[in-house]
Amino acid sequence: MTKCIYSFFLLICILFQKFTSFVLLNCFQSELKISSRMFQLSEMRDMVRVPPLKFNLPLEQAIMEELNRKLANKVVLNVGLCICAFDLVKMENSYIYPGDGASHTRTTFQFVVFRPSIEEILEGVVLSASSSGLQVSLGFFSGIFIKPENMVAGSYYDETEKVWIWNYQEEHKLFMDVGQKIRLRVISESFVDTTPSGPQLAAEHQAAVAAAAAGSVVAVAKDPFSEVHPYTIYGSTDGSGLGMISWWAEDEDEDVKDEANEGQEDSQSEHLEST
Amino acid sequence: MEVLNSNVALLSNYEVLEVLHEVRSAQDSEGSKKSVSKLRTNLANITYDVEKYLQGTACSSQSPEVIRNFLIATRSLKITKIEKLQILNLRPTSIVELQLILEEVEERFSEEEMQEMTNLIQELLPPTSASPQAEPQPTS
Repeated sequence: MTKCIYSFFLLICILFQKFTSFVLLNCFQSELKISSRMFQLSEMRDMVRVPPLKFNLPLEQAIMEELNRKLANKVVLNVGLCICAFDLVKMENSYIYPGDGASHTRTTFQFVVFRPSIEEILEGVVLSASSSGLQVSLGFFSGIFIKPENMVAGSYYDETEKVWIWNYQEEHKLFMDVGQKIRLRVISESFVDTTPSGPQLAAEHQAAVAAAAAGSVVAVAKDPFSEVHPYTIYGSTDGSGLGMISWWAEDEDEDVKDEANEGQEDSQSEHLEST
Repeated sequence: MEVLNSNVALLSNYEVLEVLHEVRSAQDSEGSKKSVSKLRTNLANITYDVEKYLQGTACSSQSPEVIRNFLIATRSLKITKIEKLQILNLRPTSIVELQLILEEVEERFSEEEMQEMTNLIQELLPPTSASPQAEPQPTS
C-alpha cells in the first residue's frame, strides 16, 4: 500500500516538473519573439556638438545632420547597424565651452537601426563561399555567415568549383552559387568592440612587417571569415523553405515552363498545319 | 553616448522605405544648392544601399491602404503582431514560406487554414514590382 502511494507521489512529481519546464520554455520563446524585427527604432542620448559652420541652420536640422554624420552606416555595440536619424525626442540647453566655438546640446533622439532578431527570416544574396561556410549580403550589410554545421544535412564544399552543394536525396545536386538569392534563419548574433587600442595595433603591425619580411603569403590572403566584424549575424539554412530561393520556387517555375513549352508546341503544330 | 532603449518601436520595411525617401529627397534638394559635402557620404551610402535592397522586396509595392486592409482582414486570424509584420515584409506566397514565419504552425493551424492565409496574402498584398515571375513571359 505504501509502495503504491509512493509511486503515485513520484508520478505527480514528474508531471509537475514537466509542466514547469514547459511553462519556462514558453516564456523563453515569447521573450525571444518580442525582441525585435529587421528594422527598429532605438532611443539614445548624446551630447551633440554643432560647429559654428552650421549656426545658420535651425538647431533641430543642424543636430539631425550631426547625428547622421556621426552614426549613419556605423554599428553601435549591442544596438545594431544605424541607418538614419528618425526623430529628436528632447533637446536640453545648449552650451558653449571655453576654447571651442561650437555649441553643445544634450539630445535624446531616435535612430532607425538594422537589427534582425533571432529566429527571423532574411533574404539575401550569396556573396562568397569558402570551406568555412557562406557569406551572405543584404546589399547594405554583409556580415552574415552560414557555418557548415548550420547548413542542410548532406551539404558539402566543392574545392574545384568553389561552391557549396546540397546533395538532395543522394541524387540531385543543388548548387548554392555566388550571386544567387538565399533565404536563411537568424540563429545567433555577435557584437565585437573593434575600437582600436594602441599597443595591440602596434604589435599587429610589427607582426605583419615581420611576416612580410619572412616572405610569407599567408598574412596577405584574406578570408572574410577570419576578419573581425563589429556586428556579425549567424544564419542557418537547415529547414524546409530555407536555402536558395530557387529551390523552393522550382515547382511554380516548372509549371510555367511546362505551360510555355505546351504553348510553343501548340503554336509550332499550328505553324506546321498552316504550312 | 548612452543607449536609453534599444527597441522603442518596430518598423516595417515599408515604413523604413518611407523614411529613406524623405531623407534622400532632402539630400537632393540640398545637393542642388551646394555640392554634396564629404561629411555626409556615410548617410548617402547607407540610405542608397538600404533603399536599393528594399526596392527589391515586397514593400516596394505597398501603400498605407494596402497595409491597413491587410491588418483589418487578418484581425480575425489568430496570428501575433510580429508575425503579421513578417508577413508584410516577406509576403510569403506558399505554405512552406508561411510555415517558416509562424511559430508552431502545425499545432495552431490546419492545412486548409494555411492555404486560405496564403490566398489572402496573395490577394491583399501586391507582388514585388520587380517580380521575377514577370520576366519569363516575354521570352516564352
